[in-house]
Amino acid sequence: MTRLSAEQRHRVRFTLNGDAVDRNCEPRLLLSDFVRHEIGATGTHVGCEHGVCGACTVTIDGRPARACLTLALQVEGCEIRTVEGLSDKQGRLGVLQSAFRRNHALQCGFCTAGILMSLDALFAQNRQAGETEIRDVLTGHLCRCTGYAPIVKAAMEAAAEMREETRREVADA
Amino acid sequence: MNLSATAGAPTGRPWIGQSIPRVEDPALLSGRARFIDDVGVRPGALHAAILRSPHAHARIVSIDAAAARQARGVVAVLTGEDIKALTASLVVGVKAPLECWPIAIGRVRYAGEPVAIVVAESRYLAEDAIDLIDAQYEALPAVVDPVRAMSAGSTLLHEGFPNNIASDRSFKYGDPDRAFAEAKRIVTVSIRYPRNSCTPIETYGVVAEYDPGEQAYDVLANFQGPFSIHAVLSRALKVPGNRLRLRTPPDSGGSFGVKQGVFPYIVLVAAAARATGRPVKWIEDRLEHLTASVSATNRATTLRAAVADDGRILALDWDQVEDCGAHLRAPEPATLYRMHGNLTGAYDIPHVAVRNRVVVTNKMPTGLNRGFGGPQVYFALERLIQRIAVELTLDPVEVISRNLVPANAFPYRTVTGALLDSGDYQTALARAVDEGGLAELKARRDKARAEGRIYGIGFAAVVEPSVSNMGYITTVLTAAERRKAGPKNGAQATATVSIDPVGSVSVHVASVPQGQGHRTVLAQVVADVLGLTPGDIRVNAEIDTAKDAWSIASGNYASRFAPAVAGTAKIAAERLAGRLARVAAAGLNTESDDIILAGGFARSRRNPDNRLPFSRIAALSHWSPGALPDDVGHTIRETAFWTPPELTPPDEQDRVNSSLCYGFIFDFCGIEIDRVTLQPRIDRYVTMHDCGTILHPAMVDGQVRGGFAQALGAALYEEYAYTPDGSFLSGTFADYLVPTVAEVPEPLILHMQTPSPFTPLGSKGVGEGNCMSTPVCIANAVADALGVADVELPLLPARLAETVRGAEAAAPPGKHNTPKGDRRLSGKGGARVAAAPEQVWSMLLDPATLAAVIPGCRGVKRISDTDFKADVTIGVGPVKGDYRARVTLSDLDRPNAVTLTGTLDGALGFGFGKGRITLAPAADGGTSVHYRYEAEIGGKVASIGGRLLDGAARVIIGQFFSSLARQAGATAAESKITAAWSRLCRWLGGRR
Amino acid sequence: MKPAAFDYVRAESLDEALEVLRTEGSDARIIAGGQSLMPMLNMRLARPRVLVDIMHLEELRKIEVQRGRIAVGAAVRQAELLEWPPLRRELKLLSLALPWTGHAQTRSRGTICGSVAHADPSAEIPLTLLALGGDIVLRSAKRLRRVAARDFFLGMMVTDRNDDELIEAVQFPAADGRRCAFREVARRHGDFAIVACAAVATDRGVRLAVGGVADIPVAREFDARVGDALEDALNAFAWDLDARDDLHATARYRRDLVRMIGRELITEVMQ
Repeated sequence: MTRLSAEQRHRVRFTLNGDAVDRNCEPRLLLSDFVRHEIGATGTHVGCEHGVCGACTVTIDGRPARACLTLALQVEGCEIRTVEGLSDKQGRLGVLQSAFRRNHALQCGFCTAGILMSLDALFAQNRQAGETEIRDVLTGHLCRCTGYAPIVKAAMEAAAEMREETRREVADA
Repeated sequence: MNLSATAGAPTGRPWIGQSIPRVEDPALLSGRARFIDDVGVRPGALHAAILRSPHAHARIVSIDAAAARQARGVVAVLTGEDIKALTASLVVGVKAPLECWPIAIGRVRYAGEPVAIVVAESRYLAEDAIDLIDAQYEALPAVVDPVRAMSAGSTLLHEGFPNNIASDRSFKYGDPDRAFAEAKRIVTVSIRYPRNSCTPIETYGVVAEYDPGEQAYDVLANFQGPFSIHAVLSRALKVPGNRLRLRTPPDSGGSFGVKQGVFPYIVLVAAAARATGRPVKWIEDRLEHLTASVSATNRATTLRAAVADDGRILALDWDQVEDCGAHLRAPEPATLYRMHGNLTGAYDIPHVAVRNRVVVTNKMPTGLNRGFGGPQVYFALERLIQRIAVELTLDPVEVISRNLVPANAFPYRTVTGALLDSGDYQTALARAVDEGGLAELKARRDKARAEGRIYGIGFAAVVEPSVSNMGYITTVLTAAERRKAGPKNGAQATATVSIDPVGSVSVHVASVPQGQGHRTVLAQVVADVLGLTPGDIRVNAEIDTAKDAWSIASGNYASRFAPAVAGTAKIAAERLAGRLARVAAAGLNTESDDIILAGGFARSRRNPDNRLPFSRIAALSHWSPGALPDDVGHTIRETAFWTPPELTPPDEQDRVNSSLCYGFIFDFCGIEIDRVTLQPRIDRYVTMHDCGTILHPAMVDGQVRGGFAQALGAALYEEYAYTPDGSFLSGTFADYLVPTVAEVPEPLILHMQTPSPFTPLGSKGVGEGNCMSTPVCIANAVADALGVADVELPLLPARLAETVRGAEAAAPPGKHNTPKGDRRLSGKGGARVAAAPEQVWSMLLDPATLAAVIPGCRGVKRISDTDFKADVTIGVGPVKGDYRARVTLSDLDRPNAVTLTGTLDGALGFGFGKGRITLAPAADGGTSVHYRYEAEIGGKVASIGGRLLDGAARVIIGQFFSSLARQAGATAAESKITAAWSRLCRWLGGRR
Repeated sequence: MKPAAFDYVRAESLDEALEVLRTEGSDARIIAGGQSLMPMLNMRLARPRVLVDIMHLEELRKIEVQRGRIAVGAAVRQAELLEWPPLRRELKLLSLALPWTGHAQTRSRGTICGSVAHADPSAEIPLTLLALGGDIVLRSAKRLRRVAARDFFLGMMVTDRNDDELIEAVQFPAADGRRCAFREVARRHGDFAIVACAAVATDRGVRLAVGGVADIPVAREFDARVGDALEDALNAFAWDLDARDDLHATARYRRDLVRMIGRELITEVMQ
């Protein structure tokens, strides 16, 4: 049995936005702190550290999850995606991000990364996701600026656009 | 030349007024924004964590930090005395002999008040050390109710505030006494406005450094202003203003006023940096934020109106008791005086009497919060309007309409001094009624009621002030005191427009945006003036007090961006444009009056082909200053300062124009209350706004929706709740309920635009209005639905049960209701013990018994025959903590009865319990043991685990008594839980 | 809000996990999805010496149907069970209640057994297990035992699990076509229930289970009574739960909800 001792750093390996991560950390280090302060991917934000606000939401193996309720060591071997993975290296915004911008679905932008990750996971899992599914997944996030309506609108526009893209791809194929 | 009329987008349509995409968004949407915790710190920077008081009110007996100082990675542990040695007291906003520190000195006055600060190599290690600090307190009585706090015999928070009253001022405007004496009708409302906060999702953050060589501080903080606080900070840090460099990060995760309250922590962290000689970083966590950042004030108000038969209000009499919490921190009592010019709301009321009292209580100190004083005032005023309508059996819209300031009266001076700049309230109201479909809503209400559903309609008319007069707070002083202190007034806004050597344009402002999109709007404003596109303009809104143009009014508050800052940027750009026109005129052989800047060119009006690229003209000051016309000077940089002349100091009669401009809002809503859950559901919400000229429609609607959502939270869900003994109950987002997408409906937003004559762009503030109008609009609808006079916020469904359903179904025989609102823990139980009473009695008084029965006890120390101390570890489920326990036996009635009093304190909180144990001889020679107890719990565990606490405490107390019984030889001992408790469970469980 | 230090064991076999529990007792905590435990660690309410991560144990990742019972292993996440195709048919009540458990972002990590182990009186999964008459399978290094849900929950976060045991699985009786209903009232969507009610048709009538009121979920059998008799029985049940006032609701309000929702569900299930 391998017992990883509290005060030592231990190796952890996973992929972050497709890139391999191979680093060391103490057992108690939260995934949120690990990606932000060890790796420097500060796009994932920390708002409550008790799993309610949703700002730190990332995807773990394709599912949305609270990085603040996850130990870095728990994601050994997993595939993690954060907001940094949504646009390309040139910073071009994806469909969902563009819809957010078009609809003024953000103000301070602090909660936005988590919301984008939840929606990204939803659309990846369910191309047919409509307003009910969108609203349901958004209940796991707190936004203090927008009053939510533009977020719902942006998400629905993005969903429609992605469905259209899929339809075209199918038609082209 | 009038540039703004001629310049603009290539289409000729000005950029202003268009909802262009925000320049802020790409970084925010792709994780590249830089919030305070995203910007790096210097190598060697340390991290701070703060030990906070579990008590609402206590004397600090001792703080033993020896073990914490020895802990891994710890560099320093600083207590109040250490901080005091490095700093001076924060300025207090009223004349009184007392001090205000950012950390407790000798005494704690609210649960969550800082007691010590640990500086260590990481936040994890700092928190480890916090757990090792042994702070001992002697609890003092606490007071949380502001009215009770003023009563004789109440516990006193500060010697300098007799009866806990920091200020007590009375005002009379017009002749209210006569108006009341002659009034046919007097209508009164008494309201309690609760405590809440707009709680941004990003918490506070401070990174501070001290340079002993220069004796100067460098502080990065997500502070939002006002920068009058800079003066407070430099004084507290005992350096001149030029040795406190205060900077803000590029992005801030919302503020809504709240991040003004970071300033005491700036002092604390800066002092820690000085003490350690290293940069120190502190990022507040959510528990700290909810417990001890800043709250809006709660207020007790009695408002009376002298009313004519037709509903006309002839006079108002305000009695406001403002609760500022444990310390009167700058700029308080500003919440109370921000609305002073607007105590008549949107109405034309000639006579007003006011009594304003400012009170301190054992709660978190208060400060800026969106709406700032407005929610409290309008909750009273608009509830009053609704009551007038009910009592005089008038239509509420009629009452509002009859009292509104007439459209031809602007600018209108309210009797308390505000100069309402512009508006047409009647038209706004009429349009809202029409376009918002009030008639249809009334039909819905009638239909719903006919079907037996609970449905009501509420209204609110509100004047939304913006651009605070920096002198309004001096209304708290008497005219004589003000003369002595010197005048305070105005509101300096600043903006800098600069041109670099390739002719590209930058704008810098000190508006410290918190997510609103200032940079986008400034690019629009300046692009219009210079004939460029917003994409040509780069805006920087970070502030650095060592380098930038700023003044005390700088910052992001009082909805001042659109009316003041954007307008000042326009002024700066126009000045540059005027000089650029002269440069262009020289180059194009024409007069400057003939020049227009448009489409990226400076061109002749008469001959559009006669033109030069903007960049060419703009760069000339750098490359060939000698070629510029003599009177131009340069076009490199222009900084404009603007303060409106209308913002005069309070006059001798205490009249004050507390703000520069005043928008108008008229809201109405339909609400249905579910018969089963009693949850109010907003069926429709209509909000009409007149905020003058609209600069960016989507952002204005964003402000309205955001304010509405926060106000909905305040009305229905959010409260900073305290127990009567000062324990804080809303310490997590599981208990402080911020509405989610499921709770927030989309309001119908309507607009009217009556430009302000006092602001450069004609615009007024819009960000705070719904925080003022919406809570009372919802409350009025609920009052209408239920036909009740008193509505208490937040509208907890459970509180409506009596109103809707009347008395409850009686309990079956043998069942008792717990006293209403009594949240003390109590219980009773019993066990049969084989030993005789005398034997049981000796055991009870034996320390060995206590050691055996106190859960997790590690040794009992006997202090006297009836007084014992012990260290204990207590666990319920996964929750486990170490505590110091003290048990005292009293009222000894050998061998029949004894009272056990126990106290516990530890890192998770403290508890106090009292139990009476009675022993009665049983027929078989054994003893019948009965107990009855009461307990109270406070501290960290109360504020974060409230929901689970009572049950967990019952488990612990149960463990104690059951093992007591077991120790005494009870026949059927239970291993995990008290016998009585598990009997109950079994019975409830049915077949067990 | 950072956890206190702990050792971490990524168990490679069930025996390994049980061995840690045997030697460390209450100083060890099992971490599965962590959605109940992690907030407590972050707040330092829980300070275990060692965490045992069981999520890599394939033998605990199973959903098995055997002899009319559905056994859900300790490493099965709530989202996985929600997506299990036979769920609606085999465990309709759970399919109604699971969407109320936290949010999509916590169900993706949180496990069924973890929620049962945590024994929050407002939680939907323990309530459902009780309402259906399910069992908890507890394993220690020494033995395997099965405890009925009605005997398992003892108090607020207190269960019959011994310190050396872990919940290996929970077993739900399959629905076999029985009618059931679920309803919950919370302040906001996804919040802990103020009152959660689950009703299941039984041979004699209806079993109504209530969460969020007493310190444990509580079930009671109701026979085919209607009208005043049912009202009286529900009223007695409501009072027996010893409801209390707290920040979010009053005792009376909770009793009202038990009476009203109880009647609604019983009527619905009996039809």
